[in-house]
Amino acid sequence: MTDTIHMNMIQAINSAMDVMMERDPTVVVMGEDVGFFGGVFRATAGLQQKYGKNRVFDTPITECGIIGVAVGMGAYGLRPVPEIQFADYIYPALDQLVSEAARLRYRSAGEFIAPMTVRSPFGGGIFGGQTHSQSPEGIFTHCSGIKTVIPSTPYDAKGLLIAAIEDNDPTIFFEPKRIYNGPFDGEYDTPATSWAGHADAQVPTGYYRIPLGKARIARAGGALTILCYGTMVHVVEHTVAMLGLDAEIVDLRSLVPLDIETIEASVKKTGRCLIVHEATRTSGFGAELLAQVQERCFHHLEAPIERVTGFDTPYPHSLEWAYFPGPVRIREAINKIMKD
Amino acid sequence: MTDPHDSARLQGEAGRNLPPLRLHVPEPPARPGESADFTHFDIPAADAAPRPDETAQPATMRDLAYGLVRVLDEEGAAVGQWNPNLPPETLLRMLRAMALTRAFDARMFRAQRQGKTSFYMKSTGEEAVSIGAALALDRDDMCFPSYRQQGILIARDWPIIDMMNQIYSNKGDRLKGRQLPIMYSAREAGFFSISGNLTTQYPQAVGWAMASAARGDTRIAATWCGEGSTAEGDFHSACTFASVYRAPVIMNVVNNQWAISSFSGFAGAEATTFAARAVGYGIAGLRVDGNDVLAVYAATRWAADRARANAGPTLIEHFTYRVEGHSTSDDPTAYRSAEESSLWPLGDPIARLKQHCIGLGIWDEDRHAAMDKDLAEMVRDAAREAEKNGILGHGLHHPMESMFEDVFEDMPWHLKEQQQQMLDEWKAAGL
Repeated sequence: MTDTIHMNMIQAINSAMDVMMERDPTVVVMGEDVGFFGGVFRATAGLQQKYGKNRVFDTPITECGIIGVAVGMGAYGLRPVPEIQFADYIYPALDQLVSEAARLRYRSAGEFIAPMTVRSPFGGGIFGGQTHSQSPEGIFTHCSGIKTVIPSTPYDAKGLLIAAIEDNDPTIFFEPKRIYNGPFDGEYDTPATSWAGHADAQVPTGYYRIPLGKARIARAGGALTILCYGTMVHVVEHTVAMLGLDAEIVDLRSLVPLDIETIEASVKKTGRCLIVHEATRTSGFGAELLAQVQERCFHHLEAPIERVTGFDTPYPHSLEWAYFPGPVRIREAINKIMKD
Repeated sequence: MTDPHDSARLQGEAGRNLPPLRLHVPEPPARPGESADFTHFDIPAADAAPRPDETAQPATMRDLAYGLVRVLDEEGAAVGQWNPNLPPETLLRMLRAMALTRAFDARMFRAQRQGKTSFYMKSTGEEAVSIGAALALDRDDMCFPSYRQQGILIARDWPIIDMMNQIYSNKGDRLKGRQLPIMYSAREAGFFSISGNLTTQYPQAVGWAMASAARGDTRIAATWCGEGSTAEGDFHSACTFASVYRAPVIMNVVNNQWAISSFSGFAGAEATTFAARAVGYGIAGLRVDGNDVLAVYAATRWAADRARANAGPTLIEHFTYRVEGHSTSDDPTAYRSAEESSLWPLGDPIARLKQHCIGLGIWDEDRHAAMDKDLAEMVRDAAREAEKNGILGHGLHHPMESMFEDVFEDMPWHLKEQQQQMLDEWKAAGL
């Protein structure tokens, strides 16, 4: 066993890259401001000093170029970990991600692969306005050939990031930036909390991995299943605690591949299901979850499945807390489901 | 609430005493039924372009981005500083590879017209661009081609039957019938999987070259795109990366004048050359007679030596002409003058090399005719062999359940479930 120390989510992510760069000389880290400065969120701090500029380097401000170059590096035999500074900036790279990285193994019948892990901070709750708050995970889950992973704790962030880097398929690793420095319960007008004292902030300093496609039962219960991921896990935990409800909270951890067994077993047990995500509602990943639950658990359901999501509007700056699917909206949905 | 598209507002304030603005929409010099006229082309003498040292600073050689590197003169003699002085065996190898490419194109075009496949793209008139470059590169240098560089595979002696299996999407297709015909992938030939999306290969080639440099390797990368797709953002991202990291990469722009029906003016050719894109990025730019295989060879060799000397990337514009349609789905008589290809002032690349070899006394018309006959038979025989593996739409494809393979390294449950559902449905339908 390696030593276990306290880490916030940024430190855990940094540690995952550090561990993998130490173990595998083909791992390279690239992105805007990730080198000498160590990233605008400090996630790559110290890596260039430790592993050199050939393995950790700043890039020009072209997301298309960053991902295109990472595809070429992957074809050469490297294992790139590009950072897209904000998920909102990932759109210029969409063609290289969706048409190239995600399709390379398939179109070449395995001759070439794109074993890259694209790290990107996502989600709102930081007064980032519409260009620093989005949750575009549903765009990627809709595309064949790419995996989408979202951690909710420092422990998971490190173990999942290591698994993603080791994975030979391209993986989008969205980091909920609202909980980089501490869990967030959705009560925006109370002081921010840190990860100090949180059980899941005790993180091994060495190598460990959490397999992609295995959900985590964040809270076991029998009254209602709540499917969520990222920041929303903490908001849901808080809301359930306030209500004193015996809900089962499933932290999905990875959307593709999805842990359908855990979802199905939980909903069949509780007979009720709520889906919570911060992303916009229409064609969001919640729609897929809802369809999967309906197909598999219809005869076990005692109430209609509900969704609490971001609204189908751009993320508004001053009205952030009206947009954010916080405890008020989650509580109303739970009450509706439990009424039947 | 005011309508932001209100016509009065769009027209601005009336009565301002200024000339009206005009939008310039480019128009090619000749449309169908009109005479083609290339007399305005400024074609310098074959020995006019100076050849700088491979490590020269880009700022000292900007004229080369606006001139034309040529080797073969009007009489077929190799002249000037760029003459690569190739031995006879290399010249004849070039000639044969170009002729084989043309014979292959003719056969596969016909196969498409016979309904044996869905699609084909000829490279007629552009053979020198691929073959001159392929022979100037080392065999283990990595190529990131666009869709009209079949000549690279042929120059690297890749089995043409393997290419045909891909074109027929048959059970012998290593790519399992997943890609549109001619979107080859041949890792062993240093030939990257071709994408149908334009110029995506540009930053990928730069990334490969950066990786090679970062690892202290000695191999370089080369990539190709058309002049039309230099307008893609990927092109400019790639140039920026190549410049910033001085990547050991050769970026080729095949300026064949036409992007489907859009002439090169829609990519900016009225304003400047495509080689001149290099000037703004501070990288070496060469504009080359793309129908002169010796010039293509010499320019590529110069750029390869430059890359290997850690002196940085090179952007090469190959000035050529797309003799045929964009693809089997295209009819160029609908948008351009039929005279263009016959009047093209830089001639035909095969005819020009043939003339050169005959002038050297190493080749003659009889041998050329015999070679063409041999190659046509060789291609015909290979096509017959390939057709034994099946042609498109005649059942001899990979098994249908293979469609779910290679999406991921390991098939996740949802793909297994969809695969089983498909098989069950077909079984239930009695198929």
